[in-house]
Amino acid sequence: MVFVVAWTGSTVPANDDPLRWAADAEGGAPYIFYDPQDPGRVVGFEVDLAEALAQRLGRRIQWVQYDYAGLVSGLRRGDFDFAMNGLEVTPDRARALRLSRPYYVYTLQTVVRAEERRFSSLEALLALNGRVGTLEETAAQRLLEEMGFRPVLYGNQTEPYLDLEIGRLDAVVMDLPIAVYFARPNPRLRFLGEPFGKGYYAIAFRKEDETLAAEVDRALADLAGSGVLRRIYERWGLWNSAQEALEYWDATDVTAEAGRNWTPSRYVPLLLQGAAVTVFLTITSMAAAIILGLPIALLRLYGPRPLRWAATAYIEFFRGIPVLLLLFFIYYGLPSLAEQWALPCSLRFSPFQAAVLGFGLNYAAYEAEIYRSGIASVAHGQWEAAASLGMSRTVTFRRIIFPQAVRVILPPMTNDFIALFKDTSIVSIVAVVELTKQYQILAKSSLKYLEIGAATAALYLVMSVPLGLLARRLERRWGKGL
Amino acid sequence: MATDLDIEIRGLQKNFAGRPVLCGLDLRFTAGETVAVIGPSGAGKSTFLRCLNGLCYFDAGEIRVMGHRLRPGPHPAPFAVLREVRRTLGMIFQDFQLFPHFTAMQNVMEAPRQVLGLSARQAAERAAALLDRVGMSHRAQAYPRELSGGEKQRVAIARALAMEPRGLLCDEITSALDPDLKAEVLAVLEDLRNDGMTLILVTHELTFARRAADRVIVLQNGRVAEDGPPIEVLGGGRRSVAASTAH
Repeated sequence: MVFVVAWTGSTVPANDDPLRWAADAEGGAPYIFYDPQDPGRVVGFEVDLAEALAQRLGRRIQWVQYDYAGLVSGLRRGDFDFAMNGLEVTPDRARALRLSRPYYVYTLQTVVRAEERRFSSLEALLALNGRVGTLEETAAQRLLEEMGFRPVLYGNQTEPYLDLEIGRLDAVVMDLPIAVYFARPNPRLRFLGEPFGKGYYAIAFRKEDETLAAEVDRALADLAGSGVLRRIYERWGLWNSAQEALEYWDATDVTAEAGRNWTPSRYVPLLLQGAAVTVFLTITSMAAAIILGLPIALLRLYGPRPLRWAATAYIEFFRGIPVLLLLFFIYYGLPSLAEQWALPCSLRFSPFQAAVLGFGLNYAAYEAEIYRSGIASVAHGQWEAAASLGMSRTVTFRRIIFPQAVRVILPPMTNDFIALFKDTSIVSIVAVVELTKQYQILAKSSLKYLEIGAATAALYLVMSVPLGLLARRLERRWGKGL
Repeated sequence: MATDLDIEIRGLQKNFAGRPVLCGLDLRFTAGETVAVIGPSGAGKSTFLRCLNGLCYFDAGEIRVMGHRLRPGPHPAPFAVLREVRRTLGMIFQDFQLFPHFTAMQNVMEAPRQVLGLSARQAAERAAALLDRVGMSHRAQAYPRELSGGEKQRVAIARALAMEPRGLLCDEITSALDPDLKAEVLAVLEDLRNDGMTLILVTHELTFARRAADRVIVLQNGRVAEDGPPIEVLGGGRRSVAASTAH
């Protein structure tokens, strides 16, 4: 996705190549997002700022869509020239990248449901042991953790407010611009208390692009001094007295914030926590799939015709849709469905419940097919031999057929278990922090993609390789003719 | 062994995919008889045997086993009736069909425990006696895959006997065996016959039929072609039917 923001012919262009600017327009309001009136266009205060910068620099700035989570690594790889997307100034970023002077002073805003009466401050909520949501990988997350919360982490800014509205959360703490855009217009939500926790957004460059960074810094100083910045922020309802500091900026304050030292002794325990969630999630989901799969297989094999069709439809449906879609539907779709149809139950599952439900339903379809082929692999003569001894079909199935089928069923089921073990990595979309998610969070905070990535991979392997060996052993022992 | 076994077959018809396999059989078997059913391949011998204990349904006629009635159609009788018929007439298969996940002993114990409700001890005692009777005590703890064909078939006979049937239906039970293994199975059958067990055997063993059968039935094209004592039906072994049967 490529989009030219601005072009000025008034000054002589220093360079004909446009500067490539990366930002994530997916759910990115009010920073950068697709214009609801004209979805072919992006708007936002950062789009306005980019236009102003282009004018000042006398260069075209070309926007490229880039996943927020990948901005830092994309910049280092050279996919674009700079990232401007609400990136907060942190000591880690200041070390790994070249940061411009700040272009916005953000504060954090607590938002609660309009009718909330149980608490009037975050401290009171902490005492109530309440649930707070925020964006992962942000100053808000760190601040909440320092306060003693275990915040529920999200990958975009719309979902926390959705979960707050339907009661999965008690409060949401995010950057003020987000709260202004998403929460203030919503009559079911209200701001709680004053903004707090000041921080800065800056533009990120590669370490070596010193000249470009200096040019942009000069342009930003110009924009702040001439009131252009103020006009942009006023237009978006983001101006406040804190922004006055932008004009008199001294670059040294920024990195003075307390640093974080990402040593293995710090991140390994967090990874182990993630691994424990992965293991528990896999076991619970697989148990659900194994329990649910058997009746489905039996209905498909022996059920009366309508039920046989229903079982076949189940299998084809759940094998045919992506589990990601299913998870989205269960987590976000069902609560609104329950509301629209005024169902007596809210269908508001916790992230973990939603994940187990999604994987359980999905894998039950696969397990049903494994059961079916295992049961069908037992010679028909076994049914006849048992029948000729006067055994009923039920007893025959339980005592004669199923125990033989198990030997055919177990190896592929073990394989599915390993597959599920790795598939669970997608549940981060419903705010479950398992091993892969923990890796993403840690790697982004510390910028140690390689080191923590290797540690994470090692954890996966330590768990999955023995399982794979077990599966092959079972196969050797039982897979061949009895 | 009880002696009131009575099997009556009237007008038995069976089609496979529209093709007649059995075309109206009328037969009667009495207690203690040893009957050899012979005939060319495809004559309907196995189908006939399987109809007798409800493993295979038929299209017309009726079968009565000690007063229990099997009717035409996909459900020959309620399960309770079928179970009684099957308890009365045990069945042994050409390919043994032992339960591969059970030992020889467990194979014999399974049906008495599950169907007759015997305790583990009672079933074990019964199984031990039967394995002894077929000369398999020494292999009681072996799994089927560890047994020779003849040994498997002897365990299968013990398994059928464990339900205390009045008769045994034997479907070419020596066809898959080498000659010396055949002999050990046939010896067990002869022993059973001498004890008064009713035996209905689909077989190609004409020598055995001559020596041990009371009666030989020749099935041809789904009909009874001949029915009488072996000396009449098989003669000295040079008659045409015998020649067409021995393959």
